[in-house]
Amino acid sequence: MSVSQLIEEAYTGLKSLVIGLGVTGKALTQPGVTVLYPMEEVARDNLASFRGHVELVGKDEDPAVPKCVACGACVKACPSDCITILCPIPAKEGEAGGEVKMGPAPQKGSKTPGAVYVDFSLCSLCGQCAKTCPVDSLKFSDNPYMVRFDRKEFRIDLLARLKRLAGEGLE
Amino acid sequence: MNLETLLSLEYPLTRLVIGLLCIFAFVGLNGLVLVWVERKVAGHCQLRPGPLHVGPHGLLQPLVDAVKLIGKQLVAPSGSDKILYWAAPLLAFAPATVCFLPLPFDPRLAPIPMNLGLVLILAFSGLGVLSLILAGWGSNNKWGLLGAARSVAQSVAYEVPLLLSVMAVAITAGSLDLYQISAQQGAWPWQWYGVKNPLAFFIFLVCAVAETNRAPFDLPEAESELTAGFHTEYSGMGFGLFFLAEYANMIIVSGVAAALFLGGWQGPFLPGVLWFLVKIYCILFFIIWLRWTYPRVRFDQLLNLSWKWLTPLALIDLALAVIVAGFGG
Ligand code: SF4
Ligand code: SF4
Repeated sequence: MSVSQLIEEAYTGLKSLVIGLGVTGKALTQPGVTVLYPMEEVARDNLASFRGHVELVGKDEDPAVPKCVACGACVKACPSDCITILCPIPAKEGEAGGEVKMGPAPQKGSKTPGAVYVDFSLCSLCGQCAKTCPVDSLKFSDNPYMVRFDRKEFRIDLLARLKRLAGEGLE
Repeated sequence: MNLETLLSLEYPLTRLVIGLLCIFAFVGLNGLVLVWVERKVAGHCQLRPGPLHVGPHGLLQPLVDAVKLIGKQLVAPSGSDKILYWAAPLLAFAPATVCFLPLPFDPRLAPIPMNLGLVLILAFSGLGVLSLILAGWGSNNKWGLLGAARSVAQSVAYEVPLLLSVMAVAITAGSLDLYQISAQQGAWPWQWYGVKNPLAFFIFLVCAVAETNRAPFDLPEAESELTAGFHTEYSGMGFGLFFLAEYANMIIVSGVAAALFLGGWQGPFLPGVLWFLVKIYCILFFIIWLRWTYPRVRFDQLLNLSWKWLTPLALIDLALAVIVAGFGG
């Protein structure tokens, strides 16, 4: 390496060091961007990129009903086995009406899920389920505040959650 | 000798004891203040508030930290050399306090004025390296030993350009007395040696950061990445003393830099001590700012920087200083 190259390298190096000082120096004078959590909470629109537990996406025309077609692909894709999708089993001919039985998706003749649960205590947030879903009915929720006393309470009823969110108009 | 001479400030031994007491207080207080400043600057550099909850603006946080540190159990690993193991933190801290003695806080506020002050500081700060070796060796721990070897290689590498840059100023000033050197500079920046010889100032600053094991040269204490190193095994105040010694060393290098390159206590309007402290704290702030800006260097980069860049540059600077001083005198 020639001397002029060396000097050039040293010059660009020093320049980058000064630029670096400028960046942190500017940050020093700016207000912070964090919130003091228990006293304040992050604004909702700031949570769009947050990867919380998965949740169902509602239909455009009826946000309280999921897009899900109960195909069961997400259940198979999940490496941690945390999704449960149950479908009503159609009553056989000659059987009395009575209580509707539920069976794991997919069920013949059933195009809507009867119950969707995700066990967040097992979920690794890998996103395989959302990626697999053929109708884009799963997404990450923006729900960072999850505190429970019992791990059983982390089994979340997604259909109920979707109805609640649609009712509140939050989507 | 009667009691009167013993109590008079002119008597060297009394002066030494009082000076040391003041220095202990100064070092302890400064440790607390610097821990707070460090964490605040870190916070604001990263757009977060830093300590906030203990006392107004988290001002009491360092006190609480200190209580926690003191309350921790002191453990020595089995198979360690107990004497060396416990001597190391003391040896890290003791020379640091001695190095304060020749610092020129003010012409009237001098712990011990001496005409070889600079040499004393350089010699005693070299003792710190010994404490690193003892800590690493005494711990009976591979990481400790490797860390100590790393730290020693770093200290030795940066001591050379540091000495050369200091010598350039000493030759220009024609003295090794920090008071003399400060007194020769004026109150205004263009009269300072740091402005007259910016290359020496730059080299000194880089070496000072490396000698005090501060980022981006903080390889001796990369806790998570390199298992800390020489102080891996220390708990409680054993570690606390190393910690305090680091901050004390930071103040010393800043003090030497202020005296050699920024005109020491000299400045308009304010009293001398204040100017000296202001200059020290400006340099300290700069060093802390550096830490939260730059990523850590790799070890070969660290050694290359010293041996391939700083040492030759410092030699050239020293030669120029000698020539200029020769023509001038
Ligand atoms: S994110 Fe991964 S682990 Fe979690 S439910 Fe989906 S597939 Fe299962
Ligand atoms: S993959 Fe999508 S459509 Fe299929 S069951 Fe899961 S959520 Fe419903």
